[in-house]
Amino acid sequence: MQNLGIQILFQGNNFLRLLGGLWVSLKLAVLSMIFSICLGMLFGMVMTSTKKSVRVISRLYLESVRIMPQLVLLFLVYFGAAKHLNVNFSGGTAAVLVFTFWGTAEMGDLVRSALESIPVHQYQSGYALGLGKMGVYRYIIIPQTIRRLLPSMMNLLTRMIKTTSLVVLIGVIEVVKVGKQIIDASRYTVPDAALWVYGVIFIMYFAVCYPFSRAAALLDKKLRD
Amino acid sequence: MRLEEILKTEQLNKSYENGQKVLNDITFSLKKGEVVVIIGPSGCGKSTFLRCLNMLEPVDSGAICFKDRVIDRANKEVYELRQKIGMVFQSYDLFPHLTILDNILLAPFKVQKREKSEVTKEAEELLKRVGLSDKKDVYPRQLSGGQKQRVAIVRALIMHPEILLLDEITAALDPEMVREVLQVVLELAREGMTMVIVTHEMDFARAVADRVLFMDQGVVVEEGSPKEFFNSPKTERAKQFLNMFHYEAR
Ligand SMILES: Nc1ncnc2c1ncn2[C@@H]1O[C@H](COP(=O)(O)OP(=O)(O)OP(=O)(O)O)[C@@H](O)[C@H]1O
Ligand SMILES: [Mg+2]
Repeated sequence: MQNLGIQILFQGNNFLRLLGGLWVSLKLAVLSMIFSICLGMLFGMVMTSTKKSVRVISRLYLESVRIMPQLVLLFLVYFGAAKHLNVNFSGGTAAVLVFTFWGTAEMGDLVRSALESIPVHQYQSGYALGLGKMGVYRYIIIPQTIRRLLPSMMNLLTRMIKTTSLVVLIGVIEVVKVGKQIIDASRYTVPDAALWVYGVIFIMYFAVCYPFSRAAALLDKKLRD
Repeated sequence: MRLEEILKTEQLNKSYENGQKVLNDITFSLKKGEVVVIIGPSGCGKSTFLRCLNMLEPVDSGAICFKDRVIDRANKEVYELRQKIGMVFQSYDLFPHLTILDNILLAPFKVQKREKSEVTKEAEELLKRVGLSDKKDVYPRQLSGGQKQRVAIVRALIMHPEILLLDEITAALDPEMVREVLQVVLELAREGMTMVIVTHEMDFARAVADRVLFMDQGVVVEEGSPKEFFNSPKTERAKQFLNMFHYEAR
Protein backbone atom coordinates (compact mmCIF):
# COMPACT_ATOMS: atom_id res chain seq x y z
CA MET A 1 0.00 0.00 0.00
CA GLN A 2 1.19 3.50 -0.78
CA ASN A 3 2.21 5.28 2.37
CA LEU A 4 0.26 8.43 3.06
CA GLY A 5 2.53 11.17 4.31
CA ILE A 6 0.22 12.18 7.08
CA GLN A 7 0.67 8.79 8.74
CA ILE A 8 4.11 9.84 9.80
CA LEU A 9 2.54 11.95 12.49
CA PHE A 10 0.72 9.04 14.04
CA GLN A 11 3.47 6.46 13.81
CA GLY A 12 4.68 5.44 17.20
CA ASN A 13 4.68 8.45 19.49
CA ASN A 14 5.86 10.92 16.88
CA PHE A 15 3.25 13.52 17.66
CA LEU A 16 3.98 13.36 21.35
CA ARG A 17 7.68 13.69 20.64
CA LEU A 18 6.99 16.82 18.64
CA LEU A 19 4.93 18.24 21.48
CA GLY A 20 7.76 17.38 23.84
CA GLY A 21 10.12 19.31 21.58
CA LEU A 22 7.76 22.26 21.55
CA TRP A 23 7.69 22.15 25.32
CA VAL A 24 11.48 22.46 25.39
CA SER A 25 11.31 25.52 23.11
CA LEU A 26 8.62 27.12 25.24
CA LYS A 27 10.47 26.43 28.46
CA LEU A 28 13.58 28.14 27.15
CA ALA A 29 11.61 31.12 25.88
CA VAL A 30 9.47 31.58 28.98
CA LEU A 31 12.35 31.14 31.37
CA SER A 32 14.45 33.67 29.44
CA MET A 33 11.49 36.01 29.29
CA ILE A 34 10.94 35.89 33.04
CA PHE A 35 14.58 36.75 33.68
CA SER A 36 14.48 39.41 30.96
CA ILE A 37 11.44 41.08 32.48
CA CYS A 38 12.97 41.27 35.95
CA LEU A 39 16.37 42.46 34.78
CA GLY A 40 14.89 44.61 32.01
CA MET A 41 12.78 46.59 34.50
CA LEU A 42 15.94 47.48 36.38
CA PHE A 43 17.89 48.13 33.20
CA GLY A 44 15.10 50.38 31.91
CA MET A 45 15.24 52.51 35.04
CA VAL A 46 19.02 52.69 34.72
CA MET A 47 18.60 53.85 31.12
CA THR A 48 16.57 56.87 32.23
CA SER A 49 19.37 57.96 34.54
CA THR A 50 20.32 61.60 34.36
CA LYS A 51 24.00 60.65 34.37
CA LYS A 52 25.37 60.87 30.88
CA SER A 53 28.02 58.16 31.34
CA VAL A 54 25.40 55.69 32.58
CA ARG A 55 23.21 56.43 29.58
CA VAL A 56 26.07 55.99 27.12
CA ILE A 57 27.13 52.65 28.58
CA SER A 58 23.61 51.25 28.61
CA ARG A 59 23.10 52.46 25.06
CA LEU A 60 26.28 50.64 24.03
CA TYR A 61 25.03 47.43 25.59
CA LEU A 62 21.68 47.72 23.84
CA GLU A 63 23.14 48.52 20.44
CA SER A 64 25.77 45.79 20.54
CA VAL A 65 23.16 43.20 21.50
CA ARG A 66 21.02 44.38 18.62
CA ILE A 67 23.81 44.31 16.09
CA MET A 68 25.08 40.88 17.02
CA PRO A 69 23.10 37.95 15.60
CA GLN A 70 21.77 35.76 18.39
CA LEU A 71 23.44 32.79 16.76
CA VAL A 72 26.86 34.36 17.21
CA LEU A 73 26.08 35.00 20.84
CA LEU A 74 24.95 31.40 21.28
CA PHE A 75 28.17 30.06 19.75
CA LEU A 76 30.21 32.48 21.78
CA VAL A 77 28.69 31.32 25.05
CA TYR A 78 28.37 27.64 24.23
CA PHE A 79 31.65 26.96 22.44
CA GLY A 80 33.64 30.00 23.47
CA ALA A 81 33.09 29.56 27.16
CA ALA A 82 33.95 25.91 27.00
CA LYS A 83 37.12 26.49 25.07
CA HIS A 84 38.56 29.60 26.68
CA LEU A 85 37.05 29.76 30.13
CA ASN A 86 36.74 26.06 30.67
CA VAL A 87 33.11 26.36 31.68
CA ASN A 88 30.82 23.82 30.16
CA PHE A 89 27.28 25.05 29.89
CA SER A 90 24.58 22.69 28.83
CA GLY A 91 22.90 23.80 25.63
CA GLY A 92 19.81 24.83 27.56
CA THR A 93 21.72 26.93 30.06
CA ALA A 94 23.68 28.65 27.31
CA ALA A 95 20.44 29.39 25.48
CA VAL A 96 18.77 30.89 28.55
CA LEU A 97 21.88 32.98 29.25
CA VAL A 98 22.00 34.34 25.73
CA PHE A 99 18.28 34.98 25.41
CA THR A 100 18.24 36.70 28.78
CA PHE A 101 21.20 38.83 27.76
CA TRP A 102 19.34 39.82 24.61
CA GLY A 103 15.90 40.07 26.23
CA THR A 104 17.14 42.26 29.06
CA ALA A 105 18.48 44.77 26.58
CA GLU A 106 15.27 44.81 24.53
CA MET A 107 13.02 44.82 27.58
CA GLY A 108 15.08 47.59 29.14
CA ASP A 109 14.59 49.71 26.06
CA LEU A 110 10.84 49.09 26.17
CA VAL A 111 10.73 50.04 29.85
CA ARG A 112 12.78 53.14 29.15
CA SER A 113 10.47 54.36 26.42
CA ALA A 114 7.38 53.56 28.51
CA LEU A 115 8.82 55.53 31.42
CA GLU A 116 9.77 58.43 29.21
CA SER A 117 6.35 58.54 27.60
CA ILE A 118 4.74 59.38 30.93
CA PRO A 119 4.33 63.15 31.12
CA VAL A 120 6.28 64.92 33.83
CA HIS A 121 2.97 66.31 35.12
CA GLN A 122 2.00 62.84 36.26
CA TYR A 123 4.93 62.83 38.67
CA GLN A 124 4.32 66.41 39.72
CA SER A 125 0.63 65.88 40.38
CA GLY A 126 1.53 62.94 42.58
CA TYR A 127 4.10 64.88 44.56
CA ALA A 128 1.76 67.86 44.79
CA LEU A 129 -0.79 65.61 46.48
CA GLY A 130 1.75 64.83 49.17
CA LEU A 131 2.80 61.39 47.94
CA GLY A 132 6.43 60.40 48.43
CA LYS A 133 8.67 59.00 45.74
CA MET A 134 7.66 55.42 46.57
CA GLY A 135 3.99 56.30 46.44
CA VAL A 136 4.29 58.14 43.15
CA TYR A 137 5.97 55.15 41.51
CA ARG A 138 3.75 52.55 43.12
CA TYR A 139 0.34 54.12 42.53
CA ILE A 140 0.90 56.31 39.50
CA ILE A 141 3.96 55.57 37.38
CA ILE A 142 4.37 51.79 37.52
CA PRO A 143 0.71 50.93 36.79
CA GLN A 144 0.79 53.19 33.74
CA THR A 145 4.16 51.86 32.61
CA ILE A 146 2.96 48.27 32.77
CA ARG A 147 -0.09 49.05 30.67
CA ARG A 148 2.05 50.66 28.04
CA LEU A 149 4.48 47.75 28.18
CA LEU A 150 2.10 44.83 27.85
CA PRO A 151 1.66 44.91 24.06
CA SER A 152 5.34 45.23 23.23
CA MET A 153 6.21 42.66 25.88
CA MET A 154 3.96 40.13 24.16
CA ASN A 155 5.71 40.86 20.90
CA LEU A 156 9.08 40.31 22.47
CA LEU A 157 7.88 36.98 23.87
CA THR A 158 6.72 35.72 20.49
CA ARG A 159 9.99 36.82 18.94
CA MET A 160 11.78 34.90 21.63
CA ILE A 161 9.75 31.75 21.08
CA LYS A 162 10.57 31.85 17.40
CA THR A 163 14.22 32.54 17.98
CA THR A 164 14.55 29.45 20.17
CA SER A 165 14.74 27.38 16.98
CA LEU A 166 18.38 28.50 16.78
CA VAL A 167 19.32 26.34 19.74
CA VAL A 168 19.27 23.27 17.49
CA LEU A 169 22.69 24.43 16.44
CA ILE A 170 24.13 24.05 19.91
CA GLY A 171 22.66 20.59 20.33
CA VAL A 172 19.45 21.24 22.22
CA ILE A 173 16.74 18.84 21.21
CA GLU A 174 13.75 21.08 20.67
CA VAL A 175 10.81 20.87 18.32
CA VAL A 176 12.68 21.47 15.06
CA LYS A 177 15.34 18.95 15.99
CA VAL A 178 12.73 16.34 16.89
CA GLY A 179 11.06 16.96 13.56
CA LYS A 180 14.34 16.43 11.78
CA GLN A 181 14.91 13.14 13.61
CA ILE A 182 11.48 11.91 12.59
CA ILE A 183 12.06 12.87 8.98
CA ASP A 184 15.48 11.23 8.91
CA ALA A 185 14.18 8.01 10.43
CA SER A 186 11.57 7.62 7.71
CA ARG A 187 13.47 9.00 4.78
CA TYR A 188 12.80 5.87 2.67
CA THR A 189 9.39 4.83 3.89
CA VAL A 190 7.72 8.24 3.78
CA PRO A 191 9.39 10.44 1.17
CA ASP A 192 7.23 13.51 1.79
CA ALA A 193 7.55 13.36 5.58
CA ALA A 194 9.35 16.71 5.61
CA LEU A 195 6.31 18.49 4.29
CA TRP A 196 4.03 17.05 6.95
CA VAL A 197 6.38 17.39 9.85
CA TYR A 198 7.39 20.96 9.13
CA GLY A 199 3.75 21.74 8.38
CA VAL A 200 2.80 20.56 11.85
CA ILE A 201 5.67 22.48 13.44
CA PHE A 202 4.48 25.56 11.62
CA ILE A 203 1.00 25.10 13.01
CA MET A 204 2.39 24.49 16.48
CA TYR A 205 4.38 27.73 16.44
CA PHE A 206 1.35 29.50 15.13
CA ALA A 207 -0.92 28.07 17.81
CA VAL A 208 1.50 29.18 20.50
CA CYS A 209 2.38 32.61 19.15
CA TYR A 210 -0.95 33.69 17.74
CA PRO A 211 -2.73 34.11 21.08
CA PHE A 212 0.11 36.30 22.30
CA SER A 213 0.27 38.53 19.27
CA ARG A 214 -3.51 38.71 19.17
CA ALA A 215 -3.54 39.74 22.82
CA ALA A 216 -0.87 42.30 22.05
CA ALA A 217 -2.89 43.78 19.22
CA LEU A 218 -6.06 43.89 21.31
CA LEU A 219 -4.30 45.51 24.24
CA ASP A 220 -2.69 48.00 21.95
CA LYS A 221 -6.03 48.96 20.50
CA LYS A 222 -7.73 49.09 23.85
CA LEU A 223 -5.07 51.28 25.40
CA ARG A 224 -5.04 53.65 22.48
CA ASP A 225 -8.55 54.94 23.00
CA MET B 1 -9.43 92.93 60.45
CA ARG B 2 -5.72 92.23 60.18
CA LEU B 3 -5.08 89.33 57.88
CA GLU B 4 -2.59 86.73 58.96
CA GLU B 5 0.31 85.93 56.67
CA ILE B 6 0.27 82.31 55.56
CA LEU B 7 3.00 81.95 52.96
CA LYS B 8 5.97 84.04 52.05
CA THR B 9 9.18 83.88 50.09
CA GLU B 10 12.31 85.89 50.70
CA GLN B 11 14.72 86.69 47.91
CA LEU B 12 14.07 83.55 46.00
CA ASN B 13 16.60 82.82 43.28
CA LYS B 14 16.42 80.00 40.83
CA SER B 15 18.22 79.00 37.67
CA TYR B 16 17.97 75.81 35.62
CA GLU B 17 20.91 73.57 34.73
CA ASN B 18 21.69 75.56 31.61
CA GLY B 19 22.51 78.52 33.84
CA GLN B 20 19.57 80.63 32.71
CA LYS B 21 18.23 82.66 35.60
CA VAL B 22 14.48 82.11 35.89
CA LEU B 23 13.62 83.70 39.24
CA ASN B 24 15.43 86.76 40.44
CA ASP B 25 15.17 87.80 44.08
CA ILE B 26 11.46 87.23 44.44
CA THR B 27 10.02 88.39 47.73
CA PHE B 28 6.38 87.61 48.03
CA SER B 29 3.80 87.32 50.73
CA LEU B 30 0.34 85.83 50.78
CA LYS B 31 -2.29 86.45 53.43
CA LYS B 32 -4.98 84.07 54.51
CA GLY B 33 -8.05 84.40 52.32
CA GLU B 34 -6.22 86.43 49.72
CA VAL B 35 -6.35 85.73 45.98
CA VAL B 36 -3.21 86.75 44.11
CA VAL B 37 -3.12 86.58 40.33
CA ILE B 38 0.23 86.39 38.57
CA ILE B 39 0.40 87.47 34.98
CA GLY B 40 3.28 87.98 32.61
CA PRO B 41 4.65 86.99 29.22
CA SER B 42 5.33 83.38 28.37
CA GLY B 43 8.57 82.05 29.81
CA CYS B 44 8.89 84.71 32.50
CA GLY B 45 8.96 82.11 35.27
CA LYS B 46 5.36 81.99 36.52
CA SER B 47 5.08 78.19 36.51
CA THR B 48 8.53 77.83 37.99
CA PHE B 49 7.56 80.17 40.81
CA LEU B 50 4.41 78.19 41.64
CA ARG B 51 6.38 74.93 41.63
CA CYS B 52 8.89 76.49 44.00
CA LEU B 53 6.12 77.53 46.38
CA ASN B 54 5.08 73.89 46.55
CA MET B 55 8.69 72.68 46.88
CA LEU B 56 8.44 70.75 43.63
CA GLU B 57 11.49 72.61 42.42
CA PRO B 58 14.74 73.23 44.27
CA VAL B 59 15.84 76.84 44.61
CA ASP B 60 19.35 78.26 44.55
CA SER B 61 18.92 80.64 47.43
CA GLY B 62 16.25 82.34 49.48
CA ALA B 63 13.66 81.10 51.94
CA ILE B 64 10.09 79.87 51.76
CA CYS B 65 8.04 80.17 54.93
CA PHE B 66 4.70 78.62 55.67
CA LYS B 67 3.03 80.28 58.67
CA ASP B 68 6.35 81.74 59.78
CA ARG B 69 8.16 78.43 59.62
CA VAL B 70 11.03 78.17 57.16
CA ILE B 71 10.57 75.05 55.10
CA ASP B 72 13.60 72.89 54.48
CA ARG B 73 13.27 71.08 51.20
CA ALA B 74 15.41 68.16 52.36
CA ASN B 75 13.13 67.55 55.31
CA LYS B 76 10.11 65.24 55.52
CA GLU B 77 7.88 68.17 56.46
CA VAL B 78 7.79 68.97 52.75
CA TYR B 79 5.29 66.15 52.30
CA GLU B 80 3.07 67.63 54.97
CA LEU B 81 3.40 71.07 53.48
CA ARG B 82 2.28 69.77 50.10
CA GLN B 83 -0.89 68.42 51.63
CA LYS B 84 -1.67 71.93 52.83
CA ILE B 85 -0.91 73.48 49.45
CA GLY B 86 -3.04 72.06 46.66
CA MET B 87 -1.99 72.49 43.07
CA VAL B 88 -3.70 72.19 39.69
CA PHE B 89 -1.72 72.25 36.46
CA GLN B 90 -2.49 73.22 32.92
CA SER B 91 -3.48 69.75 31.81
CA TYR B 92 -2.70 66.03 31.67
CA ASP B 93 -2.68 65.73 35.39
CA LEU B 94 -5.49 63.31 36.13
CA PHE B 95 -4.19 59.76 36.45
CA PRO B 96 -5.46 58.00 33.30
CA HIS B 97 -5.48 54.50 34.79
CA LEU B 98 -7.83 55.43 37.64
CA THR B 99 -11.52 56.30 37.60
CA ILE B 100 -12.55 59.81 38.55
CA LEU B 101 -13.46 58.70 42.07
CA ASP B 102 -10.18 56.82 42.51
CA ASN B 103 -8.26 59.82 41.23
CA ILE B 104 -9.87 61.88 43.96
CA LEU B 105 -9.52 59.28 46.69
CA LEU B 106 -5.91 58.24 46.08
CA ALA B 107 -4.24 60.87 48.24
CA PRO B 108 -6.82 60.93 51.08
CA PHE B 109 -6.38 57.16 51.43
CA LYS B 110 -2.69 56.72 50.83
CA VAL B 111 -1.35 59.96 52.20
CA GLN B 112 -3.81 61.09 54.82
CA LYS B 113 -5.02 57.58 55.73
CA ARG B 114 -8.55 58.81 56.09
CA GLU B 115 -11.56 56.63 56.53
CA LYS B 116 -13.13 55.29 53.38
CA SER B 117 -16.81 56.05 53.93
CA GLU B 118 -16.12 59.56 55.14
CA VAL B 119 -13.89 60.56 52.20
CA THR B 120 -16.08 58.87 49.63
CA LYS B 121 -19.01 60.87 50.88
CA GLU B 122 -17.03 64.06 50.72
CA ALA B 123 -15.78 63.26 47.22
CA GLU B 124 -19.33 62.77 46.04
CA GLU B 125 -20.41 66.06 47.56
CA LEU B 126 -17.54 67.91 45.90
CA LEU B 127 -18.28 66.28 42.55
CA LYS B 128 -21.86 67.36 42.89
CA ARG B 129 -20.75 70.89 43.59
CA VAL B 130 -18.85 71.05 40.32
CA GLY B 131 -21.71 69.35 38.49
CA LEU B 132 -20.08 65.99 37.86
CA SER B 133 -21.88 63.55 40.16
CA ASP B 134 -22.68 61.23 37.29
CA LYS B 135 -19.05 60.92 36.23
CA LYS B 136 -17.49 59.34 39.26
CA ASP B 137 -17.01 55.89 37.75
CA VAL B 138 -15.71 56.87 34.34
CA TYR B 139 -12.08 57.29 33.28
CA PRO B 140 -10.45 60.65 32.58
CA ARG B 141 -10.29 60.01 28.82
CA GLN B 142 -14.09 59.98 28.77
CA LEU B 143 -14.28 63.55 30.04
CA SER B 144 -13.97 66.85 28.22
CA GLY B 145 -11.08 69.13 29.05
CA GLY B 146 -13.24 71.38 31.19
CA GLN B 147 -14.63 68.44 33.12
CA LYS B 148 -11.13 67.08 33.71
CA GLN B 149 -9.99 70.37 35.16
CA ARG B 150 -12.99 70.51 37.49
CA VAL B 151 -12.10 67.02 38.70
CA ALA B 152 -8.50 68.14 39.20
CA ILE B 153 -9.77 70.97 41.38
CA VAL B 154 -11.87 68.55 43.40
CA ARG B 155 -8.86 66.27 43.78
CA ALA B 156 -6.92 69.16 45.27
CA LEU B 157 -9.80 70.34 47.46
CA ILE B 158 -10.46 67.01 49.12
CA MET B 159 -7.09 67.28 50.85
CA HIS B 160 -8.47 70.35 52.68
CA PRO B 161 -5.61 72.55 51.51
CA GLU B 162 -5.06 75.93 53.09
CA ILE B 163 -3.75 77.34 49.84
CA LEU B 164 -4.54 76.49 46.24
CA LEU B 165 -2.05 77.09 43.43
CA LEU B 166 -3.58 77.17 39.94
CA ASP B 167 -1.23 77.22 36.97
CA GLU B 168 -3.04 78.31 33.80
CA ILE B 169 -5.72 75.74 34.40
CA THR B 170 -7.75 76.87 31.40
CA ALA B 171 -4.91 77.44 28.93
CA ALA B 172 -5.38 74.09 27.19
CA LEU B 173 -9.17 74.34 26.97
CA ASP B 174 -11.51 75.23 24.17
CA PRO B 175 -13.02 78.68 24.78
CA GLU B 176 -16.49 77.37 25.57
CA MET B 177 -15.12 75.27 28.42
CA VAL B 178 -13.11 78.00 30.05
CA ARG B 179 -16.09 79.51 31.77
CA GLU B 180 -17.32 76.38 33.54
CA VAL B 181 -13.90 75.97 35.14
CA LEU B 182 -13.36 79.60 36.07
CA GLN B 183 -16.83 79.71 37.61
CA VAL B 184 -15.71 77.09 40.10
CA VAL B 185 -12.62 79.11 40.94
CA LEU B 186 -14.67 82.28 41.41
CA GLU B 187 -16.92 80.47 43.85
CA LEU B 188 -13.93 79.23 45.81
CA ALA B 189 -12.63 82.77 45.99
CA ARG B 190 -15.96 83.97 47.27
CA GLU B 191 -15.85 81.36 50.01
CA GLY B 192 -12.52 82.71 51.16
CA MET B 193 -10.09 80.19 49.71
CA THR B 194 -6.51 81.44 49.65
CA MET B 195 -5.19 81.15 46.11
CA VAL B 196 -2.29 81.99 43.84
CA ILE B 197 -3.48 81.93 40.25
CA VAL B 198 -1.50 82.13 37.04
CA THR B 199 -3.74 82.97 34.12
CA HIS B 200 -3.95 84.63 30.74
CA GLU B 201 -7.67 85.36 31.12
CA MET B 202 -7.57 89.06 31.88
CA ASP B 203 -11.28 89.53 32.60
CA PHE B 204 -11.14 86.65 35.01
CA ALA B 205 -8.02 88.05 36.65
CA ARG B 206 -9.74 91.36 37.18
CA ALA B 207 -12.78 89.68 38.68
CA VAL B 208 -11.09 87.24 41.02
CA ALA B 209 -7.92 89.00 42.20
CA ASP B 210 -7.36 90.88 45.40
CA ARG B 211 -3.89 91.68 44.14
CA VAL B 212 -2.15 91.35 40.79
CA LEU B 213 1.55 90.58 40.32
CA PHE B 214 3.12 91.32 36.98
CA MET B 215 6.24 89.30 36.28
CA ASP B 216 8.77 89.70 33.52
CA GLN B 217 12.06 87.83 33.10
CA GLY B 218 11.99 86.41 36.58
CA VAL B 219 11.33 89.70 38.34
CA VAL B 220 8.14 91.05 39.88
CA VAL B 221 7.90 94.24 37.90
CA GLU B 222 4.66 95.61 39.23
CA GLU B 223 2.18 94.80 41.94
CA GLY B 224 -1.15 96.30 42.86
CA SER B 225 -4.91 95.99 43.10
CA PRO B 226 -6.55 94.76 39.89
CA LYS B 227 -8.17 98.13 39.42
CA GLU B 228 -4.89 100.03 39.60
CA PHE B 229 -3.05 97.54 37.52
CA PHE B 230 -5.47 97.11 34.67
CA ASN B 231 -6.67 100.71 34.47
CA SER B 232 -3.43 102.53 35.02
CA PRO B 233 -0.37 100.33 34.92
CA LYS B 234 2.65 102.18 36.24
CA THR B 235 5.49 100.52 34.36
CA GLU B 236 6.19 100.64 30.65
CA ARG B 237 6.53 96.87 30.42
CA ALA B 238 3.16 96.24 31.99
CA LYS B 239 1.58 98.73 29.61
CA GLN B 240 3.14 96.99 26.64
CA PHE B 241 2.01 93.63 27.88
CA LEU B 242 -1.59 94.74 28.40
CA ASN B 243 -1.66 96.46 25.03
CA MET B 244 -0.42 93.38 23.31
CA PHE B 245 -3.25 91.60 24.96
CA HIS B 246 -5.85 93.96 23.66
CA TYR B 247 -4.45 93.59 20.22
CA GLU B 248 -4.66 89.82 20.51
CA ALA B 249 -8.14 90.00 21.91
CA ARG B 250 -9.57 91.77 18.94
N1 LIG C 1 12.64 71.95 33.58
C1 LIG C 1 13.23 73.00 32.96
N2 LIG C 1 14.52 72.93 32.58
C2 LIG C 1 15.14 73.96 31.97
N3 LIG C 1 14.54 75.13 31.69
C3 LIG C 1 13.26 75.28 32.04
C4 LIG C 1 12.53 74.21 32.69
N4 LIG C 1 11.26 74.63 32.91
C5 LIG C 1 11.20 75.88 32.43
N5 LIG C 1 12.38 76.28 31.92
C6 LIG C 1 12.69 77.61 31.35
O1 LIG C 1 12.52 78.56 32.36
C7 LIG C 1 11.84 79.70 31.89
C8 LIG C 1 10.58 79.96 32.70
O2 LIG C 1 9.68 78.91 32.48
P1 LIG C 1 8.23 78.87 33.12
O3 LIG C 1 7.59 77.61 32.67
O4 LIG C 1 8.33 79.09 34.57
O5 LIG C 1 7.55 80.10 32.41
P2 LIG C 1 6.04 80.57 32.44
O6 LIG C 1 6.05 81.98 32.87
O7 LIG C 1 5.22 79.62 33.21
O8 LIG C 1 5.65 80.52 30.91
P3 LIG C 1 4.24 80.13 30.23
O9 LIG C 1 3.35 81.31 30.32
O10 LIG C 1 4.63 79.81 28.81
O11 LIG C 1 3.72 78.93 30.95
C9 LIG C 1 11.58 79.46 30.42
O12 LIG C 1 12.55 80.13 29.69
C10 LIG C 1 11.73 77.98 30.26
O13 LIG C 1 12.25 77.69 28.99
MG1 LIG D 1 3.66 78.20 32.69
